[in-house]
Amino acid sequence: MNLGVTNSSPGLHRERETHGGIQVEGLTKRYGGVHALDGLDLNAPEGQVLGLLGPNGAGKSTLVRILATLLKPDSGRASVCGFDVIRDPQAVRRSVGVAGQYAAVDEYLTARENLNIFGQLARMGKRAARSRAEELIERFDLGHAADRPARTYSGGMRRRLDLAVALIAGPRCLFLDEPTTGLDPRARVEVWAVLGDLVRQGTTALVTTQYLEEADQFADLITVIDHGREIATGKPAELKDRVGGDHLDLAVRRAADLPAAVSALAAAGLPDPKPDPGTLCVTAVLPGGTSRMAEVLRKLDGAGVEVADITVRRPTLDDVFFALTGKADDR
Amino acid sequence: MTVTETRVAGSGFVLALRDCAVMTRRGMLRLGRVPDELAFNLVQPILFVLLFSYVFGGAIPLPGGGPFREYVVVAVFAHSLAFMGVGTGTGLAVDMSRGLIDRFRALPMAHVAVPVGRANAELLRALLVTGVLAIVGLLVGWRAHLGLLSTLAGFGLLLLFAYAMAWVGVTIGLSVRNPEVAGTAGLLWVLPLGFVSNGFVPISSMPEWLQPVAAWNPVTAVVTATRTLFGNPLGLAADPRFWPLAHPVQAAVIWSLGLIAVFVPLALLAFRSARSR
Ligand SMILES: Nc1ncnc2c1ncn2[C@@H]1O[C@H](COP(=O)(O)OP(=O)(O)OP(=O)(O)O)[C@@H](O)[C@H]1O
Ligand SMILES: [Mg+2]
Repeated sequence: MNLGVTNSSPGLHRERETHGGIQVEGLTKRYGGVHALDGLDLNAPEGQVLGLLGPNGAGKSTLVRILATLLKPDSGRASVCGFDVIRDPQAVRRSVGVAGQYAAVDEYLTARENLNIFGQLARMGKRAARSRAEELIERFDLGHAADRPARTYSGGMRRRLDLAVALIAGPRCLFLDEPTTGLDPRARVEVWAVLGDLVRQGTTALVTTQYLEEADQFADLITVIDHGREIATGKPAELKDRVGGDHLDLAVRRAADLPAAVSALAAAGLPDPKPDPGTLCVTAVLPGGTSRMAEVLRKLDGAGVEVADITVRRPTLDDVFFALTGKADDR
Repeated sequence: MTVTETRVAGSGFVLALRDCAVMTRRGMLRLGRVPDELAFNLVQPILFVLLFSYVFGGAIPLPGGGPFREYVVVAVFAHSLAFMGVGTGTGLAVDMSRGLIDRFRALPMAHVAVPVGRANAELLRALLVTGVLAIVGLLVGWRAHLGLLSTLAGFGLLLLFAYAMAWVGVTIGLSVRNPEVAGTAGLLWVLPLGFVSNGFVPISSMPEWLQPVAAWNPVTAVVTATRTLFGNPLGLAADPRFWPLAHPVQAAVIWSLGLIAVFVPLALLAFRSARSR
């Protein structure tokens, strides 16, 4: 088997291995004819949250399973907290916490027992496991049910317990596959708050999610993948700029003002403003966001355009998602 | 919340033992949480003891003499323990299919602790079942006649056999992953194992070609050895043509240890190959 061996020089290798965070290079995984991963590259810097977005079947869970040492890739390499997932899986397991796409807790044990047992299996001391378990029970609001078998839990409670189990040993790297799916808004906020605490202390997290506003709000960096390949990476704001940045909608009172409004916006540096005589509106992309608004207003005023309404609309990650994953089909 | 180094240190072997102990505790906790399973483990053998004692007991004259009840109770012991292995396999296959096994695999624990914990918890279950059966046996008139040491040796042999059967079940459970298939696969080999033996009928009453099979069956060895140690009627078992019947205790010990020696590595292999799926 020639797994994970790339042509990079040994010197480069060693340098990379002292690096924390998560690095993935040219990872491939096939299931029969399906390329679940097809040369995937990504990089989650130490102490940051990497949001992993992608449509169903993009390969998110496959990546998480490979990083968690549950699955061997066909080729490419991946390192987690400085350890190679293929050559040193045991070191990876000592450094990571994993919550898969579907909650995996012992149904017959209580939350407290699950946490204690998985803590001890993560090689925590008995006492450390116990106090950490109490902390997490409190944090994830499971106190009222902590002594009931998990099979009596609602879906969201089970999910919360699953996340608590992933966090029990204070991992340096975390892989969470859709951690907030099925949670109520309060629990979702709490999950992100706990994650934020950990990340502030240096934990690196790779989090897949279908809630784009969440990724927008909580991820330091976002990687969008489709068909097993990385198609875009950047800070949420950068990705939005890539699909055109903020949009400006300007409504005027008189149809006669439309040409003047268009030239005023163009003069303010907005590329290609589009007038709509039917609604007396002009729409344009606003490069640089609201910082250009003062200039826009000055030019409109100077041209004597009577403004009825002016709004700046931020593109959402949904726009990014559709724009990027739509294009991906052309490949 | 703090991310501190709270992990225990130690040699790989000591840590592996600790993992086995934790997994055993988990298995034992489960035991009490699935009361219907435990009840089923008990109801069937109790029913068997009562049926064989009261329904068939009067009709079947025991070849070689002696009370039929004393003869049959030991067979029910061994049968029940062999059949428990089927449930062991099904239970483990449920774990496998629910993704819990992925949790274990992503942990730095010694993976051997997963099957070991299960098999150990099954041993506790076997102890409970044997205890209850012994009480029911005593109520219908079964007795052990050869003193405390010999009686304890008999029960020890039964439990050793139960442990071996648990490992067979664990291997099946780890190999097939689907609870229904695990159940069928378990029965497929336990049924002939249970019945092609001298548990309920003497081997001499079987067709010529089947007799060696029955004589070399581990259940036959365990049943004969236990009857010998309890001082219960043997029902013409002492057939000098077959070594296991002439040396039942040795045969039973060798069989049980041999099965454990074969199935522990097989179970580990099954766990490993399931991982790379
Ligand atoms: N065990 C498997 N056998 C065959 N094909 C598989 C297997 N696991 C995943 N696949 C295929 O690999 C591709 C990627 O699957 P994966 O589960 O990684 O997607 P995902 O991005 O997590 O999707 P979702 O958002 O729906 O969870 C899919 O086409 C899927 O059908
Ligand atoms: Mg998925």
